Amino acid sequence: MINLAEIKKSFLISLWFVFLTFPIMVIRVNTIYDRVEWRWENMLFVGVGSFFFSFIWRYLLRRKELGSKNSQAEETQDRMTLNQRIMGDRRIYLPLLAAILVFAAAYPFVFSMYQTNIMINALIYIMLGLGINIVVGLAGLLDLGYVAFYAVGAYTYALLNYHFGLGFWLALPMGAAMGALFGILLGYPVLRLRGDYLAIVTLGFGEIIRLVLENWNQFSFGPSGIANIPRPSLPGIKMNLEQSTIFIYFLMIVLVIFTIFVVNRLKDSRIGRAWIALREDEVACQAMGIDRTKTKLTAFALGATWAGMAGVLFAAKTTFINPASFTIWESINILCIVVLGGMGSIVGVIFGALVLILLPEYLRAFSEYRMLLFGFILVTMMVFRPGGIISEVRRTYKFKGLNE
Amino acid sequence: MNPILEVNQLTMDFGGLRALDSVDLDIMEGEIVALIGPNGAGKTTFFNCITGIYPPTGGEMIIQPPGKAKIRLNGLKPNKVTEAGMARTFQNIRLFPTMTVLENVMVGRHCRLKSGIAGAVFRPPSTRQEEKQVVQDSYHILEKIGIEEFVNDYAMNLPYGAQRRLEIARAMATEPFMLLLDEPAAGMNPRETEALDELILKLRQEESKSILLIEHDMKLVMSLSDRIFVVDYGKKIAQGTPEEIKNNPAVIKAYLGEEIDA
Repeated sequence: MINLAEIKKSFLISLWFVFLTFPIMVIRVNTIYDRVEWRWENMLFVGVGSFFFSFIWRYLLRRKELGSKNSQAEETQDRMTLNQRIMGDRRIYLPLLAAILVFAAAYPFVFSMYQTNIMINALIYIMLGLGINIVVGLAGLLDLGYVAFYAVGAYTYALLNYHFGLGFWLALPMGAAMGALFGILLGYPVLRLRGDYLAIVTLGFGEIIRLVLENWNQFSFGPSGIANIPRPSLPGIKMNLEQSTIFIYFLMIVLVIFTIFVVNRLKDSRIGRAWIALREDEVACQAMGIDRTKTKLTAFALGATWAGMAGVLFAAKTTFINPASFTIWESINILCIVVLGGMGSIVGVIFGALVLILLPEYLRAFSEYRMLLFGFILVTMMVFRPGGIISEVRRTYKFKGLNE
Repeated sequence: MNPILEVNQLTMDFGGLRALDSVDLDIMEGEIVALIGPNGAGKTTFFNCITGIYPPTGGEMIIQPPGKAKIRLNGLKPNKVTEAGMARTFQNIRLFPTMTVLENVMVGRHCRLKSGIAGAVFRPPSTRQEEKQVVQDSYHILEKIGIEEFVNDYAMNLPYGAQRRLEIARAMATEPFMLLLDEPAAGMNPRETEALDELILKLRQEESKSILLIEHDMKLVMSLSDRIFVVDYGKKIAQGTPEEIKNNPAVIKAYLGEEIDA
């Protein structure tokens, strides 16, 4: 396995890496003494490190190729992934689900406020991920402006509360409705577009919403944002900050379960089939009697609904919003959750959100290298598991026999 | 008897190129009609026009489903044409590759089902009944077409001949009165072609479908069709029974070229 050719290859790779990282790893300008420091020992680390790393990389690649060959040999449908095995067997699936629920219920009482807070964040992103999954994963419409609907939800609550004193419970469905409305508004002009063109227009749409919020001072109070948004309340109960956080946490858990339930049902329905057909072949889909306009608009609307709701939650949680929270980076982050977790897969999206939102929090210790690590993880993912961590194994309709 | 499909003076321009030039065509109920012509003659453009994928530049297209009122097809969207009862297959197979065979047919049933968003989320008894029914119906269609053995396979894993048949099954699922088959025998071996011949005749006899097909396999065309229309360079150059077409000098000229005195 390890022969001369391999060693030579790895040697060349390490040489290349030494060359590439030379300016940042070896040379340092000491500005105090005004002289250049040469850190030669770093060059050695990079060289040796990349030499061995290239072996591991190639080994993993080989293993992956072997794996895909094996699976091709088998019948595609008999292939059982770990995910499928867990989901398929009730004896494993039900206790696992119960364990997760118990863990989720105990979480805020076991861990600190800080942990609970970032978990709420992660839950919000799970909701966003599940929402965009309808648009991108099921209907195959690449939406880069998804954060706009999130902003619409947040500002719906903030503004209605500011002007009319509307409470959280009324604002939640209103935010969802506004999200859906804006989904349709965006959907109409982009009906004819697909692929790259759609991505660019949705990107523009997201920026328009943000710029409007940033510059229309009379309407949205511009970059200074809106403060003092009330947290969700229960009638007759006064809550302090900690209780309120725990309350939001459980509210989020309930909403995420609700989202999973609805998205799952939509997936296995007449509409879900139409979405998947639309993703697979637009022309054939229309020729089979599916209304393209209606199908696309429902996808956009139902996807945006969750973003609207998540926006209301976000505003209620942070009690302050401004346009800086709704940049293009957020859209990309949400899209990354879906791509990393596994497009179209609900478990995958949940996993992706937890990894992508919690990981940066815990990597704060290495905050300087955070983005570097983040990028490295994403690249590795795309090489070794292009379908996402938990790639979608769609539950297909099985014909089990006639029952007449 | 009125024709179930009547096309008058259909013209289609792509910029300066006239792909179809005043083509007339009509089909009676229960007929099998073939549309033939050399490559690039405008046959598929003709299909795309009458199924609503291209809006024609000129002319009129009218269908009359058996026992129903006339419908003008001009300006209808493809899904409305399918709803009106005209379903098509594609020359280059356009199945939904990562859906199973059963699901492909279920998508075809879409326009005959009703459940909406609320139905999908709450799953009332009516939706559950409908979903059960659609699985049964789809399987019956697969049986009729003779590919029920692949029911739970992914469409992309099917052998070529079965993929062609699945396209027909999917079109049948929309409950059409007329099938438009775009080169259904393309790429098939002689045995598969023969089976297709039988299938098309069966669809007419047992399912009482009328059929318009584009085909290059002359043996199939001559044995199946009641009437044949020939187009060349976007113009209709002949129409008639297979016998008449075989001996028509204009058709022979279009296919084989003309003798020139040197």
